[in-house]
Amino acid sequence: MSGTALTPRRKASLLEVKGLTVDIRTPSGPLQAVRDISFEVDRGETVCLVGESGCGKSITSLAIMGLLPRSATCRAERLAFDGIDLTTIDRHRRNDLRGNRMAMIFQEPMTALNPAWTIGEQLIEVHRRHIGKGDKVARARAVDLLAKVGIASPAERLGQYPHQLSGGLRQRVMIAMALMCEPELLVADEPTTALDVTIQAQILRLLADIRRDLGIALLLITHDLGVVARIADRVNVMYAGAIVESATAAELFAAPRHPYTQGLLACLPRPGVTMAGDRLGTIPGVVPSLVGGITGCAFRSRCGHAVPACAAPVPARTASPTHTFTCVHAHVGEREPA
Amino acid sequence: MSDLIEIDDIKRTFRVRRGMFTPAATLNAVAGVSLAVRKGEVLGIVGESGCGKSTLARMILGLLPTTSGAIRIGGRDIRQVPRRELARRMQPVFQDPYSSLNPRRRICDIVRLPLDVQGNGTRDERRAQAIAALDKVGLPARYADNFPSQLSGGQRQRVAIARALVTEPEIVVCDEPTSALDVSVQSQILNLLMDLRRDRGLTYVFISHNLAVVEHLATRVAVMYLGRVVELAPTAEIFASPKHPYTQALLASVLTPMPGLGIPDAGLGSQSPDPLNVPAGCPFHPRCPKAFDRCRTTVPHITTLGAATVACHLAENARPVQPAIA
Repeated sequence: MSGTALTPRRKASLLEVKGLTVDIRTPSGPLQAVRDISFEVDRGETVCLVGESGCGKSITSLAIMGLLPRSATCRAERLAFDGIDLTTIDRHRRNDLRGNRMAMIFQEPMTALNPAWTIGEQLIEVHRRHIGKGDKVARARAVDLLAKVGIASPAERLGQYPHQLSGGLRQRVMIAMALMCEPELLVADEPTTALDVTIQAQILRLLADIRRDLGIALLLITHDLGVVARIADRVNVMYAGAIVESATAAELFAAPRHPYTQGLLACLPRPGVTMAGDRLGTIPGVVPSLVGGITGCAFRSRCGHAVPACAAPVPARTASPTHTFTCVHAHVGEREPA
Repeated sequence: MSDLIEIDDIKRTFRVRRGMFTPAATLNAVAGVSLAVRKGEVLGIVGESGCGKSTLARMILGLLPTTSGAIRIGGRDIRQVPRRELARRMQPVFQDPYSSLNPRRRICDIVRLPLDVQGNGTRDERRAQAIAALDKVGLPARYADNFPSQLSGGQRQRVAIARALVTEPEIVVCDEPTSALDVSVQSQILNLLMDLRRDRGLTYVFISHNLAVVEHLATRVAVMYLGRVVELAPTAEIFASPKHPYTQALLASVLTPMPGLGIPDAGLGSQSPDPLNVPAGCPFHPRCPKAFDRCRTTVPHITTLGAATVACHLAENARPVQPAIA
């Protein structure tokens, strides 16, 4: 609570990530889980990181929150939250930020909540740590937030344990906990992946409403392009630890430019686009090993448009002021047959 | 099309212990389901977690006895069909290819096991058949002596499918076969399942919570809610004009990758269904935006509306009541 008073306020994005690289030590050498990625999240904006398993999207979120495992080392040209440099910040100031001004929601609420503590104790603890206006105030805020996230009879829920709640309710509790200190940035790592479609829609609506009402910036990590399309302002597509395409949601789905993004969209059965029973698109091959690093385009071994130049470092190209991608080809399958 | 499997009002209950001092409760996982699986069709079964779809699959496979009711395959009660014959006619593919393959056996031995059980031919012939099955699902023979841990998730699911196909069954029961896979791998597996159906005339029972996948693959869809089938209709029909309010809510919740549409509100409220505490009347009524008095007291009959069968009082009002239809 004391650390936040010292923060310089600059006219910049709330979250700036520039040249972030994360290496993980493995028995067979360092694994480059995240390779030189850059993106920004503005106040009140929803930014998605989307990609398949192992693309580095979760590691990116952990690097931002300062929660990387010990085997990981993180370097960045700039990693800053509201102008505060997160690469050099000391542990105490980091703890003052985390849970307070930047909060995180995890995929599996059963493992993220402490099973031995009641919902109330866990919610109040966050408030006590960062705001410290007494448990009465904290309790009132907890009841308030549980009601806000759509939990019926919130006062009674405070005395319950996580196992007494359904998956959807637990995820709501997680969201309420993240909101206890009115964060400016909410990082959500696959917040609805473990939930049924009906509950998923409710939780995403809730996140979208909270973002709008409270002006929170939302960094959403997901593998689900359906979720991305419906909630994102800006999308960063990750493949093998790197961002291969970055665009507004409208641009990305209307005219994907990177062969990987195009391939990913072709894999989805899409009502009205694919016909029932038709063959779906596939991406042949497997993701390359990230141990020892990669030069050139990581997607080239699976790409139908690969040329020898793909083995050299690939240029970033601009399709519009808000749309960039990294590919040796300026135009790949731009007008694909419907 | 003839009925390959007839499911006649099956029920399955489990005793659930809730703590040291509370008496055990009865969970009605499947509470009276009647269905027919026709030859050559893909019967999709959808519903939220806990609706009983996996329990239904395990009963169809004969892995779990029914509490009451009967399942007939080719006109014979599965309890009377010897296990070996049942395994020859019907095979499963499960969700998680990491836990459904024995980690200590080689790929070829895993795929060969059903043949060993059937005792057909010599060991070498069976190995050749297993390698042919692997080839069919797109796994080269060089993987035959690998262990599951050396394969990717998509490759493992191919192994599970090869194992299911090696005895040339008529029916494959797939329980969430692509839920653990990435989308690029999911599309490969779905293409494979569609190719195999076309080449071999297979019949699938396809259980999934992913409605886009079911729409793509299934020919008929059964929607389950708290252990009951609430709507059953041809795929095109159910996706174009869902009749049951639950089906409508389920379809409205699907997030298709269309930007700008926003996040839908299915109007279900924040309550989740509790299978241990099924409400009186229509089990869906506490979440139903269209519920009225009769829904709270009376369980709805199954009504035929065009090509669909629906268990809803609103459908009864639309049509005179008819006897229950399998």
